[in-house]
Amino acid sequence: MNSVHDMGGMHGFGPVATEANEPVFHHDWEGRTIACVLAMSAWGKWNLDRSRFFRESIPGPRYLNISYYEIWLDGLIAMAADAGLASLEELNSGHADPGAEKCTPGFTADKVIPAMQRGRSARRADADLTARFAPGDKVRARNTNPRGHTRLPRYVRGRCGVIDRVHGEFVFPDSNAHFKGEAPQTVYSVRFTSAELWGNDVGHPDDKVFVDMWDSYLEQA
Amino acid sequence: MTGVPTNRRWGLFMSEQHKSGTHNHAMPSDPALRVQALESVLVEKGLVDPKTLDTIVDYYETEVGPRNGARVVARAWSDSDYRSWLFEDASAAIADMGYEGRQGEDMVALENTPTVHNMVVCTLCSCYPWPVLGLPPVWYKSPPYRSRAVIEPRVVLAEFGIELGDDVEVRVWDSTAELRYLVVPMRPAGTDGWSAEQLAKLVTRDSMIGTGLPLQPGEAS
Repeated sequence: MNSVHDMGGMHGFGPVATEANEPVFHHDWEGRTIACVLAMSAWGKWNLDRSRFFRESIPGPRYLNISYYEIWLDGLIAMAADAGLASLEELNSGHADPGAEKCTPGFTADKVIPAMQRGRSARRADADLTARFAPGDKVRARNTNPRGHTRLPRYVRGRCGVIDRVHGEFVFPDSNAHFKGEAPQTVYSVRFTSAELWGNDVGHPDDKVFVDMWDSYLEQA
Repeated sequence: MTGVPTNRRWGLFMSEQHKSGTHNHAMPSDPALRVQALESVLVEKGLVDPKTLDTIVDYYETEVGPRNGARVVARAWSDSDYRSWLFEDASAAIADMGYEGRQGEDMVALENTPTVHNMVVCTLCSCYPWPVLGLPPVWYKSPPYRSRAVIEPRVVLAEFGIELGDDVEVRVWDSTAELRYLVVPMRPAGTDGWSAEQLAKLVTRDSMIGTGLPLQPGEAS
């Protein structure tokens, strides 16, 4: 979807504000938010791509006006309600509906570190696909504007680049985010010149931007 | 924990928004209260175990952070076989150090040289290699960095204190897929004979994102 989360190349956001000796969390609620996000994902009611889709579905003005942990918080509340785990009223009021079903969390504290260390790779090596492109092939990013989730940033659409490396097969977010299957595709690193993306009058024309792209984002150039 | 004023989060951008009064009043504005309500109802419904949340927070506050990545880089600086392995198969080489899991399942290491400077961004969200760098700093997730890193990387680098000559090619890696990138900076001169443990003290978080350089001998604490 073409919303404000897709920021590459935009002007108007000002300088990068860094902070010396930044703590991991500035407030306790930030840690509780990420913990809720990670713990709730254990129910298997959604996936990483769907989480991103819900975050980027936050209305643009609000997305730009809240901190990143609030983006995660908004996304989690919307997703938990969408999945039927709790109603929006419950999630916002902090009280379960009288007579609401009580579950038993299976993701207990002893399972946290093994689960975090195991991770959840989106690589699907057994997909057994034949890569359509090889390093050095010239490609063009498709000009496409889906309303659903995509990981194809606007700033590369319609632009030509070169396959730099083939990463292997991965779950396709545009499908997985909408529960339409993992539908794995080959992912490539595509190398663009600064001149191709931004013209010759910005920066150094020979600088490069590398963008990881699923096969169906690309066409032969 | 150290609190910071909200307008530090996204630099000038946030303070301008606050002045213009575009705050969203549809729900309690204090995220701490919202997370408290969320956690309370999730616990009441048996959807999360509070001890699980405590363990997740503790893991990301104390176990995971840029010291992990620094040890990887220091080993690559001092062991040429490990260095080759890291660039060949970063996931396996990093897992060999014990660092793996969420948001680091599929790693790629990028080599800085006298003629190539790499930097990493996620223009679409906040993708970052958690097992080696920990959770990302606020600026990495902020609109200024996400928007500008791809269109004017040298201006951004200059704000971080890095001035590169025309003979150096800047390569920006946009983490649009599930690959996570670790920059391996150049080993500082004057460190011959240093142990990996000593070298690791020179490796800063920003030098592994590509927005910083390693400390020089004598700068390490």
